Amino acid sequence: MVGLVAFSVAKGSIDIFAKEGFNFITQSNWDAVEGRESFGAFPYIIGTLLSAGIAMLIGVPISLGIAIFISEIAPPRIGTPLAFLSELLAAVPSIIYGLWALFVFRFWVRDLVEKPLYDVFHASVPFFAKTPFGLDIFTAGVVLAIMIIPIVSSICREVMKVVPNSQREAAYSLGATRWETVRMAVFPYVKSGLVGASMLGLGRAVGETILVTMIIGNVIGPNAIPTTLFSQGQTLASLVANEFNEASSDLHLSALIALGAILLVLTMGINVAARIMVKKKIKVQSGAKSQ
Amino acid sequence: MTINNNKKYRDILLETVDKKYRKRMFVNKLVTITTVVCVIAAIVPLTSILIEVVRNGISAISYDFLTQPQGSIGSGSGGIAPAIQGTFIVVGLAAAIGTPVGLLTGIYLSEFAKEGKFSYAVRFFNDVLTGLPSIVIGIVGYVLIVLALGSFSVLAGALSLSIIMIPIVVRVTEETLKVVPYSLREAGHSLGLSKAKITLFIVLPAAKDGILTGIVVAISRIAGETAPLIMTILGTSLFFTGITGPVDALPLRIWRLASQPYESAHAFGWGSALVLILMILALSMGLRLLVQKRSLRPVT
Amino acid sequence: MAIEDPIEAKETVVQATEKYKVRIENVNGWYGNKRAIKDINLNVKEKTVTAFIGPSGCGKTTLIRCLNRMHEMTPGAHADGRIIVDGIDIYDKSIDPVIIRRRIGMVFQKPNPFPTMSIFDNVAAGLKLNGLTNKTIIREVVEESLKEAALWDEVKNQLEQPGMSLSGGQQQRLCIARALAMQPEVLLMDEPTSSLDPLGSSKIEELVRALKDSVTIIIVTHNMQQAGRVSDFTAFMYLGDLIEYGSTNQIFMKPEKELTERYISGKFG
Repeated sequence: MVGLVAFSVAKGSIDIFAKEGFNFITQSNWDAVEGRESFGAFPYIIGTLLSAGIAMLIGVPISLGIAIFISEIAPPRIGTPLAFLSELLAAVPSIIYGLWALFVFRFWVRDLVEKPLYDVFHASVPFFAKTPFGLDIFTAGVVLAIMIIPIVSSICREVMKVVPNSQREAAYSLGATRWETVRMAVFPYVKSGLVGASMLGLGRAVGETILVTMIIGNVIGPNAIPTTLFSQGQTLASLVANEFNEASSDLHLSALIALGAILLVLTMGINVAARIMVKKKIKVQSGAKSQ
Repeated sequence: MTINNNKKYRDILLETVDKKYRKRMFVNKLVTITTVVCVIAAIVPLTSILIEVVRNGISAISYDFLTQPQGSIGSGSGGIAPAIQGTFIVVGLAAAIGTPVGLLTGIYLSEFAKEGKFSYAVRFFNDVLTGLPSIVIGIVGYVLIVLALGSFSVLAGALSLSIIMIPIVVRVTEETLKVVPYSLREAGHSLGLSKAKITLFIVLPAAKDGILTGIVVAISRIAGETAPLIMTILGTSLFFTGITGPVDALPLRIWRLASQPYESAHAFGWGSALVLILMILALSMGLRLLVQKRSLRPVT
Repeated sequence: MAIEDPIEAKETVVQATEKYKVRIENVNGWYGNKRAIKDINLNVKEKTVTAFIGPSGCGKTTLIRCLNRMHEMTPGAHADGRIIVDGIDIYDKSIDPVIIRRRIGMVFQKPNPFPTMSIFDNVAAGLKLNGLTNKTIIREVVEESLKEAALWDEVKNQLEQPGMSLSGGQQQRLCIARALAMQPEVLLMDEPTSSLDPLGSSKIEELVRALKDSVTIIIVTHNMQQAGRVSDFTAFMYLGDLIEYGSTNQIFMKPEKELTERYISGKFG
């Protein structure tokens, strides 16, 4: 079935690679007008990596914190309902995150985070040197983070559950505090599992389409290369969603499918890496079990 | 001699412990507070989502909203009935394709496949498939079916969604079956039953609840998918016309409504979102009741 | 050495404080609403080995886990009463269990070295945790502790190997060395030989006898012969009650309670 996917994507994108060659990846033009068609994916690769990067930067530490709180610190009376809540939220479709982000959350981000940052730093830090609008790469990253938190934190929790209690007791019996126990007896055991969990979150963030489409601002061409955090942007997935139904020519369509091909390669790389990480974790476990 | 040494080290240790104790307690407290802040930071937006959907959604929902097709754009009349109908048809069809394929593959991997390169490859590709972005899978539906039939269609949408569903079902099935104790299978063998019969009458019933849960999780996942539908079913705002024709679906409708510049369309969007969430919730509640009821019965 | 009857000595409260390392007064251990140990009173003399024996479910493990406040780490579990170590009530509100556990070492049923650490780091773990940074002292303490745990000669050339590379018995001695490195005043051992082969067990027993010169040891065991071999005092527990407590000789030779006699002679348990 993966063959099927690869075949379809390859078949669909062959036209554009025939025309543009390797330049498709490195150039920034995006012009669909007949006669002067020219397509380049570079800005959207950047947009994808940047928005997913922001999502990871915010989402992973918070997920980890939640996982530590639920599985190591909170008494079951508090931990169990929290865990239930996060399972529930993991089932909320991304379109609903998108709807909420578009009509509610982007104003929070704009007024509470972006504007203060802009007011203080716009002259000194180039990252913040653009009047914030709320529909931009930064907002997209933050909302992606919110979306991946339930998933990433519940995988982290599951990974941490595997650590036998005897390990925690060993640390406690040496006079470790709760945090020291987590650091000493839990983390070393599950480090690669946690990295794997984050990678799966990264895969989600990179491939997320509809949510990003709704809030990233959707610009095309060289303008889509973000110059500040508050610039409008575009990701591979969001451009496909935006233009697919309005594609004016076969070449345009082929270019969009080729964006999908790049996305495919990107996420496959991430997932294979994540899988290797999770496997490493199992090795440590079976080593520990042997006695 | 041992005792003397012991004493010496004990004093050194006590001294360090005293010196570092405050700092360690402080770090411990700091970490605890940080994790609580993380929980709050996550809970605030997530509860806000639920509250907003319910608050804005309830005012949009009416009898007409659930039973009528959409009125003219911006008028705020009519409803989302085609989208509800479309979601049921597309998701139903996808589940009808995805469930047996996923189930059989999972059973094969757990019960019949020999551990080797082939089953490793199946498992590996299954995992890769799980991680693929849904929009890429939408492209598959487009290239294989939409281009072939020359029209956006229910079939293309259902096929794409089933490709998303299958790997989830495969994995859950395999994992649930693996947990069934081997002694159950041995009991079957000792009665002289064939492998197929053991799987069908002993192993599968034991794993039923777990597999059912997996299928429901997979269905709720595809019910909320938007991206692959853009390029397969199009989203017409009309009722179902046939399996090879285009159709609407709730997630797609929400997206289209949200992109319109009219307040009334946004209200419809919230209403659709609430309907979608309630459908997914009903699915998992129904499952919970089913599974719980069964476990109340005496052991089978 | 003259052995005093600890039950009788319980009556002399304040004056005798210094004589006993650990005094257990009216201790109850709970799992939710279920009382697993009931009103336990028991005093332990310094630098002796005291064994808790009894059939499974009698509360001996719960009791020993109360002694370093490990019991309360089980979700839903708590304890009340007073446990006085060196004149300090470890259940006093102002006492941090972290400090208590530093002074009272513990060895568990299954050896649990940290799997990602080397042999050396396993022993040094507690020292580093408590903020000791002087490398020379850490090295000295690690060597000393491994010697005390009778493991030094076997591992001195492979200190950088992972702790998991050792045999089960060696791992358990590594855990003992890890506990000893903290210079504990009391060492709790919860069925330390239950997962070991006979050879590994006898090495641990030898070690227990040697260690009592420097540290007070309390050991839980389901193996009566083991209690007879290693301990000076024995407490017999049954269904959460302390049935009888006295010198090991007395408990094994002329028990006062009929229940003890029946258990010792193997009629139940």
